[in-house]
Amino acid sequence: MQLAVVIGTVVATVKSEGLAGVRFLIVQPLDRHQAPVGRPVVAADAVAMAGPGELVYIVGSREAAQAMPEPFVPVDHAIVGIVDAVSLYGAAGSESAGAGAAGHGPDAAAGAG
Amino acid sequence: MKIGRVVGRVVSTIQAPVFAGRRLLMCELLDAGGEPLDDPRAYTIAVDSVGAGAGEVVLILDEGNSARQIVGLAAAPIRAMVVGVVDRVDHGYA
Repeated sequence: MQLAVVIGTVVATVKSEGLAGVRFLIVQPLDRHQAPVGRPVVAADAVAMAGPGELVYIVGSREAAQAMPEPFVPVDHAIVGIVDAVSLYGAAGSESAGAGAAGHGPDAAAGAG
Repeated sequence: MKIGRVVGRVVSTIQAPVFAGRRLLMCELLDAGGEPLDDPRAYTIAVDSVGAGAGEVVLILDEGNSARQIVGLAAAPIRAMVVGVVDRVDHGYA
């Protein structure tokens, strides 16, 4: 599973069977310091609550479809959680940094969109 | 399976049901000699199944069917899982 930030929405009326009602969002995968890495991908929103600019975690491959209400659907990336906070252990074992550490949030995404 | 080190935690409230009550660990991946790959892209968010703590070197499973066996669910969007705490790696036999 990887971190990602929601940067857009895909609207599709004609979809494969089993995908009715499924929201598709464009997400930018992030490295562990929440810097963008690689190209954005379209992910199904399995929590049905992710919004623009939100920090989420995604799962890929076969497991993505298993996040959906109907598990045999053609989906290869899915948002399976909305991140409240990422705490990285410092050198002394203390926790630091929050979900907004890299400037992701509704405001940051509005600027990037 | 992969060898990694627990470098942080990911906290989430709104999530797929399988993650409820489970700890999500941010793990950096290590090379065969146990050294960090020194690449921020080389990480995975893994579900803890052994009680691994901060800074520990762990064994990471990154395969869905096995992960679903551990959580005991036939269908769950879970893939990466911490399945062991590494005591020692002997590496470099010729």
